Amino acid sequence: MDPATWALIWRNLWPMLVATVTQTIPLTAISFVFGLVVALLVALARISKTGPLSALARGYISVIRGTPLLVQLFIVFYALPQFNIVIDPFPAAVIAFSLNVGGYAAEVIRAAILSIPKGQWEASQTIGMGYATTLQRVILPQAARVAVPPLSNTLISLVKDTSLASTILVTELLRVAQLAAAPTFDFFALYGVAAVYYWVICVILSFGQSRLETRLERYVAR
Amino acid sequence: MTAETDVTDLLTVRGVRKAFGDHEVLRDISFEVPKGTVTAVIGPSGSGKTTVLRTLNALDKADAGVIGIGDLTVDFAEPVDRATLARFRAQSGMVFQAHNLFPHMTVLQNIIEGPVIVQKRPKAEALSAARKLLEQVGLEEKADQYPYQLSGGQQQRVGIARALALEPQLMLFDEPTSALDPELVGDVLSVIKDLAAGGWTMVIVTHEIRFAQQVADQVLFIDGGVVLEAGPPEQVIGEPTQARTRQFLKRILDPI
Repeated sequence: MDPATWALIWRNLWPMLVATVTQTIPLTAISFVFGLVVALLVALARISKTGPLSALARGYISVIRGTPLLVQLFIVFYALPQFNIVIDPFPAAVIAFSLNVGGYAAEVIRAAILSIPKGQWEASQTIGMGYATTLQRVILPQAARVAVPPLSNTLISLVKDTSLASTILVTELLRVAQLAAAPTFDFFALYGVAAVYYWVICVILSFGQSRLETRLERYVAR
Repeated sequence: MTAETDVTDLLTVRGVRKAFGDHEVLRDISFEVPKGTVTAVIGPSGSGKTTVLRTLNALDKADAGVIGIGDLTVDFAEPVDRATLARFRAQSGMVFQAHNLFPHMTVLQNIIEGPVIVQKRPKAEALSAARKLLEQVGLEEKADQYPYQLSGGQQQRVGIARALALEPQLMLFDEPTSALDPELVGDVLSVIKDLAAGGWTMVIVTHEIRFAQQVADQVLFIDGGVVLEAGPPEQVIGEPTQARTRQFLKRILDPI
């Protein structure tokens, strides 16, 4: 690579890091937290014995999983304004990603909850716990152990999927790289840097995942 | 409603019925358990004996029938509201065949969970009560271990301590030793014997006929969803009047 390319990379390392820290990471984190809340509610609705509630949850999961994330983003950002609902790029991205994570993670959480033996519900009931307390104190802490590996996959996918937000004008990591490369067409260099940044985030998250798994395994016989 | 029941009966069961789908498991169960006594429930598998026990804690809600525990009498033919159901459940403590301890909590946490989270008792008080209970079941040194670190018999004794911690009026045991290795059965049975000696009112579903004979004041033989025979152990186990009871006891006591 010629010196001008190195200079371009050097000039953009910092702005791209800023975009990562101020946009990509918050976008991921906020969407993931909201997404998990949506997912838990959808999973509980899906498990519930109330027919319509369960059907609604099934429908939601089906739509989210059956449509492209990019289309979901476009609907929130470009289509809703037709109905006079105008949302800024960043919150629009948060909404789309949260709803998307909600659909995928719901199935993970549902499976994790169903993997906890019925005896745990019964034991909680006999010591006087209600539904919410049982979930919070007994079922979810155990389900977490089952759900952490697949939810980590969801999170790591989400980190990379936030690059799609560049299409709705969020100046996150990929968009900053695009804008920096455009004048000189030096896409290889700057997309390369972006790729390394995404990869580093994912490596750190994978490390966090194994730490968390070890922590949650502490009460299981090995 | 309680007027006609004998005041010394802690538990009164009248005409309890329960079906799962088309399968009628309990057809008309009635019995009483006087305060401070032990009732052993025996019977072939599939007879409904475990379901009887589960209706007493409303783990399986009876379709019909009246169950009175202490000062609370519930008619299950009527819709039962949530608060009444919660009060009804609080009257008894349940020990499961498969212990069902919370695996993500230590022994001590398992025991104080109900008192602290449900009964809102101060934690320090619950902890000291829990340690006393652990001493009572002979496991004080296991307080900070997780259930997986204990033997089956020790797990079951923690299960007993967890139920006792809520200070219920009635203790229910669902085949507490049938999932255990034979050499671990004795420890659990001796804890139950101590409770009997300590005046606890208990209903025990069991296959341990000899144990029932020693500990029980009353034995119920259940078959086909009805109480076929009831009385003191020397009668029901010693000189059963029903052919089904004799047949069952012969098969259990003399399997070969």
